[in-house]
Amino acid sequence: MRFIDEFRDGELARGLAAAIRQHARGDRDYHFMEFCGGHTHAISRYGVTDLLPGHVRMIHGPGCPVCVLPIGRIDMAIRLVREAGVTLCSYGDPMRVPASDGLSLLKAKAALGRAGVGGVGGDIRMIYSGADALTLAQRNPQRQVVFFAIGFETTTPPTAVLIKQARALGLGNFSVLCCHVLTPSAIASILESPEVRQWGTVPLDGFIGPAHVSTIIGTRPYEFFAEEYRKPVVIAGFEPLDVMQAILMLIEQVNSGRAVVENEFSRAVTRDGNRKAQDLVAEVFELRRSFAWRGLGELPYSALRIRREFADFDAERRFAVGYEAVADHPACECGAILRGVKRPQECRIFGSVCTPENPIGSCMVSSEGACAAHYSFGRFTDLAEAP
Amino acid sequence: MNGVRKGYVRPLDLRQGRVDMTHGSGGRAMAQLIEELFTSRLGNAYLGQGNDAAVLPIPPGRLVMSTDAHVVSPLFFPGGDIGCLSVHGTINDVAVMGATPLYLAASFILEEGFPLGDLARIVESMAAAAGDAAVPVVTGDTKVVQKGMGDGVYITTTGVGVVAEGQELSGDRARPGDRIIVSGSIGEHGMAIMAQRESIGFAAPIVSDTAALHGLIAAMRASGAAIRALRDPTRGGVATTLNEIARQSGVGMMLQESALPVQAEVAAACEFLGLDPLYVANEGKLLAIVALEDADSLLAAMHAHPLGQRAALIGTVHRDAQHFVQMTTAFGGRRIVDWLTGEQLPRIC
Repeated sequence: MRFIDEFRDGELARGLAAAIRQHARGDRDYHFMEFCGGHTHAISRYGVTDLLPGHVRMIHGPGCPVCVLPIGRIDMAIRLVREAGVTLCSYGDPMRVPASDGLSLLKAKAALGRAGVGGVGGDIRMIYSGADALTLAQRNPQRQVVFFAIGFETTTPPTAVLIKQARALGLGNFSVLCCHVLTPSAIASILESPEVRQWGTVPLDGFIGPAHVSTIIGTRPYEFFAEEYRKPVVIAGFEPLDVMQAILMLIEQVNSGRAVVENEFSRAVTRDGNRKAQDLVAEVFELRRSFAWRGLGELPYSALRIRREFADFDAERRFAVGYEAVADHPACECGAILRGVKRPQECRIFGSVCTPENPIGSCMVSSEGACAAHYSFGRFTDLAEAP
Repeated sequence: MNGVRKGYVRPLDLRQGRVDMTHGSGGRAMAQLIEELFTSRLGNAYLGQGNDAAVLPIPPGRLVMSTDAHVVSPLFFPGGDIGCLSVHGTINDVAVMGATPLYLAASFILEEGFPLGDLARIVESMAAAAGDAAVPVVTGDTKVVQKGMGDGVYITTTGVGVVAEGQELSGDRARPGDRIIVSGSIGEHGMAIMAQRESIGFAAPIVSDTAALHGLIAAMRASGAAIRALRDPTRGGVATTLNEIARQSGVGMMLQESALPVQAEVAAACEFLGLDPLYVANEGKLLAIVALEDADSLLAAMHAHPLGQRAALIGTVHRDAQHFVQMTTAFGGRRIVDWLTGEQLPRIC
């Protein structure tokens, strides 16, 4: 397949692996965090770790939109369905994230009555695109349709488009439960964490920066991290060769004592990003003062909400549902895993109580989650590690 | 009522007519539907007798029986429809046990309002598939549910066949050293359905591979190769089927990603939708576990059959207490090929 196979070429991978082995100094370790779930998935799916020398280690970051969604946000979505009787439209992955009372959107869906037949009662639908939710609202004017919008900067512009379309169509029965979050805030939170800053328990020599997010926001927002925290950042695509090339670039930066933002994904990312998309987002959304992330806690100015001018399409305002914080399962280590403090296999319930079929924590849900990726693709390596 | 003559006054309206509740009531409308729409198309001596059950001659051997419900959406897709799918699916389930499929039973759940013309097309497709396979539909049933309680039509088929004594094919017979063969390119049925649902257009559309495999299986058995197990990788795809066999047999497996046959269109559609062809349903492919020494002769026999031309050796069976199915990626790394989690593609067959 053109434009795909080129980025998964085994021959080129072996060449890059040799270059990495050659450049990685024997007298030190290298610890790089791949921020995005897309990178985590690529590393696990293609077995990239097998091609790296033992002292070049990858740490999984928090860049999986499903993983960072706290229980309280899923609870809000379920309350909208149960109490306000809306038709909630969600992508597939958030459907399986555990919520309070042993529920998830999937379980809540199964427990609902036959909604829609008599026109009463809530309803949950799995959709492939936010546009499906808008169509549903147009076809069912008697029902309130809410789009459960999650994701980092990549998915925010499409949500903005939906809201503007809904306004242009004069739809009174469409709204958005906005859970869009911001990448730079999460990176800052990790760099500011005591494990990285004070205790040094999470050694971090650099970041592989987001691919798709950066097509929107550009490379400029990361320059602060490179300068202020002296951490090299290489923006990389989601193909396995992109990841390996980025690792090589990070090693070279570390070796030469540099800390700058470099762009491996130059086929799609520019320094300034997509201005048009940024303008669209700025028109529809504004910063929240604070937003709760799973694992990272309440982070100031780390998420978006819908501007007052578009308040009619804001489900939080229309249905007056508030966010209530809920503690994670006590044994679940998703928080530590999202901060890079622990690896999935270091969680006591990984693979025993918590599996993709019965996820306890969010990282076991999405294929981009660190736990799900390790469980689905890489857990055979744990047996080799065991004494 | 006794005075009404046998022939119906007005034939079924296949152009405008729709299924209504009387078609399931047990009355004359139901009798007319069965006679004009089903029996006339599926016609054979057993069905034509019009009894509550078919009385059938059985050749010597052990009886093999399987049943399969079909709920695919959309009902018509490139390469087939729910009718031929319901025939192929059950024939294949019987055939992979090494049996010769003999007879089918079919039960239909029809939704009120379903166009009779579409139903006729579906039954014609079943009749053609059953005729080609020489496995007649010998008995059946129809029920009608109210509008909104079904999705057009659901079809359950049950198949019986016979297998000779001493012929043992079973998922628990894979042994370390055995080879794993797939009969052709994978993921076509699931992606044909999905491409249609998501309106993904290609210059040449992806066509479902739905097919009856008992002919290919007969050719494979005639080769004399020591086949341990056969299975058709439908829902959950090749990955899930191999995990089933690995667990049943208590072994591990190692696949070679570069050896997996995948059509370019299927690979592209999977890429586009974020799916893995290893987990996408097939309806006309089989996986064979065969003794190392017979792998080449079995492959040759498969290549000589029209449904096995792209058959490929894709992996090996080895000892593994964890029963992992693993894969050497084309990239050069190694990963697990795990059980399917959740629901990748709903309503696929």
